Amino acid sequence: MTDLERLEKIICEYKELEPGTLTPETTFQELELDSLDLVDMTMACEDEFGVSIELDDNLKTIADLLDLIRKD
Amino acid sequence: MSFRILGTGSALPQCVKTNDDLAQILDTSDQWIRTRTGICRRHVMTTETVTDLAAEASRKALEQAGIVPEELGWILCPTVGGDYITPGLSATLQAALGAHCPAMDINAACSGFLFALDAAEGIFARKKARYVLIAAAEGLSRIMDWEDRSTCVLFGDGAGAVVLGEGESLLSLHLETKGCPEPLHGCFPGGNSPWLSVKPENHFVHMDGQEVYKFAVSTICSGIETILQETGVSPEEIRHVILHQANLRIIDAARKKLPIPGDRYRLCIQETGNLSAASIPVLLDFCRRDQLLKPGDLMILCGFGAGFTSGTALVRWEP
Ligand SMILES: CC(C)(COP(=O)(O)OP(=O)(O)OC[C@H]1O[C@@H](n2cnc3c(N)ncnc32)[C@H](O)[C@@H]1OP(=O)(O)O)[C@@H](O)C(=O)NCCC(=O)NCCS
Repeated sequence: MTDLERLEKIICEYKELEPGTLTPETTFQELELDSLDLVDMTMACEDEFGVSIELDDNLKTIADLLDLIRKD
Repeated sequence: MSFRILGTGSALPQCVKTNDDLAQILDTSDQWIRTRTGICRRHVMTTETVTDLAAEASRKALEQAGIVPEELGWILCPTVGGDYITPGLSATLQAALGAHCPAMDINAACSGFLFALDAAEGIFARKKARYVLIAAAEGLSRIMDWEDRSTCVLFGDGAGAVVLGEGESLLSLHLETKGCPEPLHGCFPGGNSPWLSVKPENHFVHMDGQEVYKFAVSTICSGIETILQETGVSPEEIRHVILHQANLRIIDAARKKLPIPGDRYRLCIQETGNLSAASIPVLLDFCRRDQLLKPGDLMILCGFGAGFTSGTALVRWEP
């Protein structure tokens, strides 16, 4: 699985969405995820990818989150 | 030898403030507070003292246990602060109750009730007392910045107490402290020392909410997983999970990750907000009052807070 696929899996499980409904450009706002959902999600990503993620205000899309994961 | 819980009690101040009430004095809304925290209202002190609340909760717990204050061998008060910097709440409570035993405060922030259970276990093991009162009481509204919407909406005032007698109800207990004050702290009020050259921060509570949120969710999960593993108790056997009531979102996040059935998590945060050390005994008392607790029921108590501190216990309800 690619990193993007792993990330999509986490988000789909969190939001109980069908796999394949997300693109890198999907925003968290569209998914109706608030700031605490993002904290939950980054915690899941930290476990999955073994990284430590610092949330910042520019985090808007799935691609942004992937960048943060790869930055670590 | 550990202990048995013989009685519980709680007390909340008269004055109730809803989210809409707070929206009158702050740039906030019922919608924001409800969705981010689950809190609908909280009780705040007006004329009551922390000692008054602790005494009311204690009297109820003593009455239920069938014990008079003179019979107490120890009083332990988990709190971040009573009515004075010194003496401690334990001393003012002892006077209010008319008890004669030794009494001390325990400041382990919101985990304080678990730390007090550990101390009580030691007192019983050393046969120093037949009855121990743990009275957790907080007046957090006094140390909130009521102009900081990101902290003040979260907390409330109140007290919860338990009376313990000899027994074997404590099946496992784990405590942890990871010293790291920055994400959550309140400062000592500045005095007028002419030599103090570092100007103290104001004495309000300061918090990095997301940092604390992450700590809370991960420490609840690791604490409870450790206890389940160590005792071999299966998740289905746990009848009640009594978590420190800090934020419903923290509880929900932990509930999603843990194997214990979701309907076992008890709540009072909607009505009380975060009561720091008092929240676990207050919720325990509400559960007893609502007749949710049946003899033999296994329950997990889990607290976490500034320090960072955390504590998790497996207790059998056998009043
Ligand atoms: C405090 C907490 C609810 C804040 O939630 P959050 O998602 O982290 O919120 P943020 O601080 O990122 O703020 C998000 C937005 O809401 C705003 N906001 C904060 N408090 C608000 C309030 N009471 N009403 C309305 N808006 C508020 C912020 O200003 C921010 O706005 P912006 O995006 O325009 O800048 C959450 O972090 C939390 O509960 N953490 C744990 C705290 C805790 O339990 N402490 C005690 C442990 S014992």
